[in-house]
Amino acid sequence: MAESKAKTNTKAGTGRVTPIKIALYTLLALALIITPLIFEGYGWLFVPHIMALIGLYVMLALGLNIVVGFAGLLDLGYVAFYAIGAYAGVIVGAWAFKGAPALGPYIYFLMIPVAAAAAALTGLALGTPVLRLRGDYLAIVTLGFGEIVRIVITNNAFGITNGAAGLPAAGQFIPKPFGLDWLINNVYFNIPALGKNFIFTIDGNVYWYYMIVLLCLLTIFVVRRLDQSRLGRSWAAMREDEVAASSVGVSITAAKLWAFSLGALWGGIAGLTFANFQQFVSPESFTFMESVFIVCTIVIGGMGSIPGAIVGAIIIQGIPAFIQGMAAAGKIPGVDPSTATVIANYRFLVFGLFVVIMMAWRPQGLIPSKRRAAELKPDTAEMGDEESETLYDAQHDSGQF
Amino acid sequence: MQLANLILAQLINGITLGSLYALIALGYTLVYGILLMINFAHSELFMSGAFVGLGVMTLLTSSSIAQKFPVLAPAQAFFTGSNVGVFFMLMIVFLVSMLVVGIMGVIIERFAYRPLRHAPRLAPLISAVGVSLFLQNAVLLWVSAQQIPFPNPIGNGIAFTIGTVDVSVLKVIIFVTAIVLLVALDTFISHSRFGKAMRATSQDREAAGLMGIDINFSIMLAFFIGPALGAVAGIFNGMYYGSIVFNMGFLPGLKAFTAAVLGGIGNLRGAMLGGFVLGIAESLASGFISTGYKDVIAFAILILVLIFRPGGLLGESVVEKV
Repeated sequence: MAESKAKTNTKAGTGRVTPIKIALYTLLALALIITPLIFEGYGWLFVPHIMALIGLYVMLALGLNIVVGFAGLLDLGYVAFYAIGAYAGVIVGAWAFKGAPALGPYIYFLMIPVAAAAAALTGLALGTPVLRLRGDYLAIVTLGFGEIVRIVITNNAFGITNGAAGLPAAGQFIPKPFGLDWLINNVYFNIPALGKNFIFTIDGNVYWYYMIVLLCLLTIFVVRRLDQSRLGRSWAAMREDEVAASSVGVSITAAKLWAFSLGALWGGIAGLTFANFQQFVSPESFTFMESVFIVCTIVIGGMGSIPGAIVGAIIIQGIPAFIQGMAAAGKIPGVDPSTATVIANYRFLVFGLFVVIMMAWRPQGLIPSKRRAAELKPDTAEMGDEESETLYDAQHDSGQF
Repeated sequence: MQLANLILAQLINGITLGSLYALIALGYTLVYGILLMINFAHSELFMSGAFVGLGVMTLLTSSSIAQKFPVLAPAQAFFTGSNVGVFFMLMIVFLVSMLVVGIMGVIIERFAYRPLRHAPRLAPLISAVGVSLFLQNAVLLWVSAQQIPFPNPIGNGIAFTIGTVDVSVLKVIIFVTAIVLLVALDTFISHSRFGKAMRATSQDREAAGLMGIDINFSIMLAFFIGPALGAVAGIFNGMYYGSIVFNMGFLPGLKAFTAAVLGGIGNLRGAMLGGFVLGIAESLASGFISTGYKDVIAFAILILVLIFRPGGLLGESVVEKV
């Protein structure tokens, strides 16, 4: 066990800056900026919307990755923080908007700290009582917590959530540069070289997409810093062996609470962004399945890995939505747009099969982080058994029939 | 007096609901006891049980089927003719559904979980989610996306009356069947050869294998019995509520899982106890607090039990090995 870990004692992400890297990142940045415009130019208006949703999933996956990937705590109720961020932002935002309508254009930005704080505090509140729980029990408690949050919202708790009907987001906000409304739908780039009538248009979806990409970059930056920080190392120590970690001075309580609240924080910000992007929020968006999809995102992408979270989000959120969007827009030859809902249902059928095959073929995920790969795929089968017992252990001797 | 009757009525509802939860919970607990994995697809097997049951029942009783296949007409006349016929018809419905769903469970184990025995703990969990999505959408696409009415051949007869509360025959049958099955399973696990093999497998898979126990067979058995009991619950669920739908499994599945954890997961008697406790708590909550919050009560109980007694009501206390 020890050897297999020592071998992979690499420090991820602190490589030298080489010209090739700079070129690659520049290309990537250009691609991120231009892709939605190209799709818009060809009239695939639904694509920027889907790309924005993928971005939100990346944020969620990275946030949950802090809890599951870094700290090794399985959380099946992550969507609760997403919901709390969304509702806290929308409710407080509406209240602030009423008091000071002049705040309108800035309300989304003003609410980011509110949503983040609300979610982080809830994470802390959930983390405190469940500190002693591990493995599957923790998973179940978080699952129950997620369901409780959704049901409480559905039941119009305290008369502020408006139940199943949902709430509109305050102020029809779109994050545009310099706060200029004129920039929405009025910016065109006409490039005849790309075909006749090829026009890049920048509409609200595209601005939201840029906003979400910026948030994702912020998330990636913070998550990477966290992973390499003192706290990140204590998480690694904790998930590998809690007892050993605590005996060398890692405060398990602090590490777990930090993991819960920092993970929840990103969920909250993503929730607020989602609510403002859709301009509407309702409990329907925060079901248990949503939590499961976020967990799937990081497991399929590769646990503890940032590129993994992105690839996972593209596979889980992007591809199915893209196929459905194509069908609905009549872009798939031979498919009637009216059958788009049937296609939408088939995507879950196929997705289910895909998940099963994917797990059998590559249980460690597509792009696992090196360290996690070593933990999850040790050299021998016995080591694997030992590991799987300590990683998400249910820690008790079973056999109590 | 009014209050006592209300409590009594809710208690009886709770016991009926609890019987269903207990039957489903056994499937979770059997699998968890042996493989330490949460079989998220179990709720979909419960749903499949209801659909297979409805299919068989339609085949045996529907007049439109008899018109298409005249061979079935005399059998149908027998099955719908008398109480004895109805009894036999239900037996066939239950047995076929149990068999089909049990085999489904075994197939799922073979293809979705067995390749993952040595994979990280999360892998089978995610795989189970995949199976669950697949089954749900298969039913949605290939059977129906709508609520389908489920006939109740037992009828709405009253078995007996306590105070002013009527107890229907169906409720009595659900309760009695559940208890009989639970006792039978408990006896099977504690006394039969196969049961012993299953217990040994759950205690230490490797050692059990070295002692000449066919581990794969034990695991297969757990994956057959659990879903078969789930199928019974599914059919009763259909009769009790009068309709079934492709996503009917989710909430009862989650509650039954809660029940299994509540009783101490991996513990058969715990699962039964947990099922009844949860069913009764939920019914009382919906009668006295609010129907909207009955699920909150169920999950709140779960969280409180896990925080204060992490092993569940009947579970062994947790000892962490270093």
